[in-house]
Amino acid sequence: MSSSHEHHQEHHIVPLKTLLGVFATLMVFTVITVVAARIDFGSLHTFVAMAIASIKAFFVLAYFMHLKYDDRTFLVSFLLSVFFLIVMYFFSALDIVTRIPLEGIL
Amino acid sequence: MSTADTTDTTEYNHHTAHHFDNAEAEYQASKLGLWVFLMTEILMFGGLFVGYIIYHQKMPETFAAGAQFLDWKLGSLNTVILIFSSLTMALSIYYAQMGKKAMVLYNLYITFFCGLGFMGVKAIEYSHKIHDGLLPGSLFSHAVEAGTNLPIYFSFYFVMTGLHGSHVLVGMGLIAWLIVRAHKGHFGPKYFTPLECVGLFWHLVDLIWIYLFPLLYLVG
Repeated sequence: MSSSHEHHQEHHIVPLKTLLGVFATLMVFTVITVVAARIDFGSLHTFVAMAIASIKAFFVLAYFMHLKYDDRTFLVSFLLSVFFLIVMYFFSALDIVTRIPLEGIL
Repeated sequence: MSTADTTDTTEYNHHTAHHFDNAEAEYQASKLGLWVFLMTEILMFGGLFVGYIIYHQKMPETFAAGAQFLDWKLGSLNTVILIFSSLTMALSIYYAQMGKKAMVLYNLYITFFCGLGFMGVKAIEYSHKIHDGLLPGSLFSHAVEAGTNLPIYFSFYFVMTGLHGSHVLVGMGLIAWLIVRAHKGHFGPKYFTPLECVGLFWHLVDLIWIYLFPLLYLVG
């Protein structure tokens, strides 16, 4: 990754095989998501669906969006936004779960 | 200043903007700018996802009931269409890097029509919901389910898929622009920045759908 500054003109070309392989993988995981939705995981249901979606997201980000090959700046900017998303979720959830329950109010 | 590679005589020559040292600096700066925009997109959709997940935890039965009104087959079809369009978008960049201009065009056309197909399926879904009165908030008028919390589910459904659909439309507009430029032979191994940037945007739209599909259609 740090070598991207040294070769100035050459951009990494993601091989055709890799692109097709990523597409096939994404299709397989799409089937897995649909099948998994029929299995009862109880309270883990949402978690399982999100975990599978995150595996798919990894492949899209790493190969289609080149984060695996690019300068690390792009990976850092992406992770930064995800971090602040988690902060937003964390404090919102903290607020909701610690409220004193009143009838008919969220 | 143009560090012009003038060796290929017939090739379109992109002139690097004068405030960049060289073509590589311009390429990297364009991409960083686009990634900053993608960060704002992630946070915008993220707010909706946070809201969805919290309400989902608060009223799981309502969301399960809401998901029953969605057709997972149409949702899956749209997932396949969008992932395939991401592949063709990536392929258009691959072929630009290889210098195969005809293949760049083919792949851009396929990507565009996949976007159109996605919106077509969305239109079928929306028209069913509108017909059945499964609408957000106070517009909700489904007779059987009146008096439940379902309007909240459909508020999330329409806002999230609506915002996502509008991104698909914007993406299609950008791809149409790429097609026009590709016809003029603007893209090749030395210059494909617009393909790369629109590609990143298109993949993000795909990425958001990857999360929306299980959340709305399957988990519910």
